[in-house]
Amino acid sequence: MTKHLLWRGMLAGSIGALVAATLALLFAEPSIDAAIAFEAHRAAHAMSGMADEELVNRTTQKGLGLYTAMIVYGAALGGLFAIVFAAAYGRLGQLGPRSMSLLMALAAFVVIVAVPAIKYPPTPPAVGLHETVRLRTGAYFAMLACSLIAAIGGITAFRRMAGRHALMDRLAIGLLAFIAIVALLQALLPVIDEVPGDFPATLLWQFRVAAIGTQGAFWLVMGYAFGRFAERLLLARNGAFQ
Amino acid sequence: MASVAATFDDPFVPAGTVPAIPVADIAPWAVFATLVALIFLYFVSTEQGAFAVFKGMYVHEFVHDGRHLLGFPCH
Repeated sequence: MTKHLLWRGMLAGSIGALVAATLALLFAEPSIDAAIAFEAHRAAHAMSGMADEELVNRTTQKGLGLYTAMIVYGAALGGLFAIVFAAAYGRLGQLGPRSMSLLMALAAFVVIVAVPAIKYPPTPPAVGLHETVRLRTGAYFAMLACSLIAAIGGITAFRRMAGRHALMDRLAIGLLAFIAIVALLQALLPVIDEVPGDFPATLLWQFRVAAIGTQGAFWLVMGYAFGRFAERLLLARNGAFQ
Repeated sequence: MASVAATFDDPFVPAGTVPAIPVADIAPWAVFATLVALIFLYFVSTEQGAFAVFKGMYVHEFVHDGRHLLGFPCH
């Protein structure tokens, strides 16, 4: 059963990534281009005559490169999503496959995208110092790990109270546990403040909305598609075609 | 729960003869998929940024836009 779900997860993830990459091409690329123009303008002022050699041109970066990155990311996370679905289905309440998948996608968006972005929001080119990339990478993945740990903590609290409390109370306490752990760990992680003073605030905002929107589209399409696939698989397995 | 299922026309369908998929069926796939996914995610998110397996900047530049949009620290 798990292997059939795994295939479908990777397929749903790839579909989500295709949609997300197309939205990114339309709505996020203009702000990336603007940020690169800002960077080039500043570099030209700092040291005239020292232009950067382009290793990969912009057309490839926002075409093949963007689609490749998104589909690899999508298929990998889709596969992991299927594994979590296999474990959660029938164990976290008796939800139908489509509801379960969509709820899981919403939870994944909060845990993987929204919570890390509150502490370390996505940044366009020209923001961030080369020297601190190791610190920023470490801090970002630590934040991601903290968010996952907090989610596991919340779900454990939710499951522990089964049978003793009403569903709504269990949900509230589970969510509260998640938020409390996230808030504590976010306060402990280092502050990163590297946006150049003259970087346009509107451009930064537009880039971030587009980046988070792209990821939201990925999870929404993925969660919907996977729910459909899983439903068909489960019905076929039970010989319950109507 | 039943009313939720009725509202969304999405009833719970047992996974075969048992309500949930047995852990023994999930475990090997979970371990393998996690390992493979982590390798691919590393190349999309971090290669030639904070760490580098290969020399140069080609991988970094190729996945550049995706890396920025997915929120990973890029450069």
